[in-house]
Amino acid sequence: MNDVVAPPATASHADKVPLKPLGKVLAVTSGKGGVGKTFVSANLAAALAKRGYKVLVLDADLGLANLDVVLNLYPKITLHDVFTGKAKLEDAILPAPGGFSVLLAGSGMVEYSRLTPEVRNEFLRIMEGLVPHYDVVLLDTGAGISDVVLFAVSLASEVLMVATPEPTSLTDAYATIKVLVGQQQRHRVRLIVNQATRPGSGAAITRQLQQVLDRFVVSEPGRGVKLVHLGDIPVDAEVRQAIMRRHLLMQAVPTCPAGQAIMQIAGALQSDVIPRP
Amino acid sequence: MPAPTDTSIDLTTLRLDDALALLRHDGRPGPQQPGESPSDYLQRVVDSLCELSLKDPLTGLGNRRHFLAVLERAIEAVARSGDSMLLLLLDIDHFKSINDRHGHLAGDQVLQAVAQCLAGCVRPMDTVARYGGEEFAVILPSCRPLFGRAVAERIRRTIAALDIAAAPLLNVQVTVSIGGAYAPEWVRSTADLWIERADLQLYRAKTGGRNQVHLEQPQELAVSAEEKGLLFGALDLDAATAADPDTRVNA
Repeated sequence: MNDVVAPPATASHADKVPLKPLGKVLAVTSGKGGVGKTFVSANLAAALAKRGYKVLVLDADLGLANLDVVLNLYPKITLHDVFTGKAKLEDAILPAPGGFSVLLAGSGMVEYSRLTPEVRNEFLRIMEGLVPHYDVVLLDTGAGISDVVLFAVSLASEVLMVATPEPTSLTDAYATIKVLVGQQQRHRVRLIVNQATRPGSGAAITRQLQQVLDRFVVSEPGRGVKLVHLGDIPVDAEVRQAIMRRHLLMQAVPTCPAGQAIMQIAGALQSDVIPRP
Repeated sequence: MPAPTDTSIDLTTLRLDDALALLRHDGRPGPQQPGESPSDYLQRVVDSLCELSLKDPLTGLGNRRHFLAVLERAIEAVARSGDSMLLLLLDIDHFKSINDRHGHLAGDQVLQAVAQCLAGCVRPMDTVARYGGEEFAVILPSCRPLFGRAVAERIRRTIAALDIAAAPLLNVQVTVSIGGAYAPEWVRSTADLWIERADLQLYRAKTGGRNQVHLEQPQELAVSAEEKGLLFGALDLDAATAADPDTRVNA
């Protein structure tokens, strides 16, 4: 498990990493809260790790982070200590069950839930230090479209939107996509439908959202946004059980329907977004 | 990097004539000064050439190369600071007709007058450059939206009020169209995309009748009732979620 954690990124090293190519950084976001962002981030990370990727999940929900709860990990050193200069970046990275690395926000990040120049700078510095050491970095962002969420998403090369087949979740996903297209000139957003209740509902939802996007949302003159349906995660009693027991689904019951679906989504990412390392 | 083994430079073997001629033409002291060491002298020549390579010879403003370099740096600075930075693109209206009617020398006088006026309209921290033929660009860091419109309008009015001595016994007035866009708060954006957005606004100012300012408006990002209505139009969400999820899976 030792090889999971990245080699240290020293400050001088980070300085040399250029700002722009933050490739292979995937932001997991949703608009509405409680749709399973953190669940998807953690389990997708485990699925990608199973496929041989070196994965890091960063808890980018600075104000209300709960990746620690999902993973049942409560480290002494967190992102908060890196932000305040009390700890080095490499000391805050730890191996998670499931074979990937995590960087947890930790409590006390509430004071960083406003996007000041310091938070921007620190966030960027940390990302620049991390990205070169992993095949994939997943950003588990907060809900909503606050400036911290939008900034975190802006660091990613790809956006994974998580939604459930409920009107409120779909409206918030749509609203978020609209903001991302308008502010960040995104041309493509990938959709994961969580808690899907029947086969094909995710594809139908994607088509419907795409129709409204085509009509109302333009990123640049003459250019729209393409919503790519990445996959559905079916409603599965095992998911609830794993969450309640604070087990990682991909570790506890990887062969349950939801687990298989997440493995398939990792496969879709592999062929489409992050070619084999 | 390996240390250079031989640091001595024999100036007499370097062919600096062209470089010195260029610098002389630009009014800079060319030859080696008494007491100036060969490396100091060479450094001065190189520095001067660098400066020259960033300057538009006609107007004395920064040239396109200078402008693009500043813009690239600005994008990175904005990503870190979240500073509100404005890019303006200006185009002299009907410039071709001045050239056609009064000749290119008159046109050059107009370009110089507009350039000088432009440089006088902005703060020392702003970057003014000649972007193309009769097109200019201004980069304004720390520029709040209200200030942006004010400065763009001031530029437009000041240039329109200029009485330019284009040739003996010939004074002309010109107007400019101005398009502007604020820097994206988006880390992985590009200078090209920023220019494109400002250029689109310039196009709007031109097609809107010229002699006007168009700044990019923040997009309407709220979701309208019409959109909400359409979102679920064909979806049978009710049937999809009505059943108790757990019993469905266990069934």
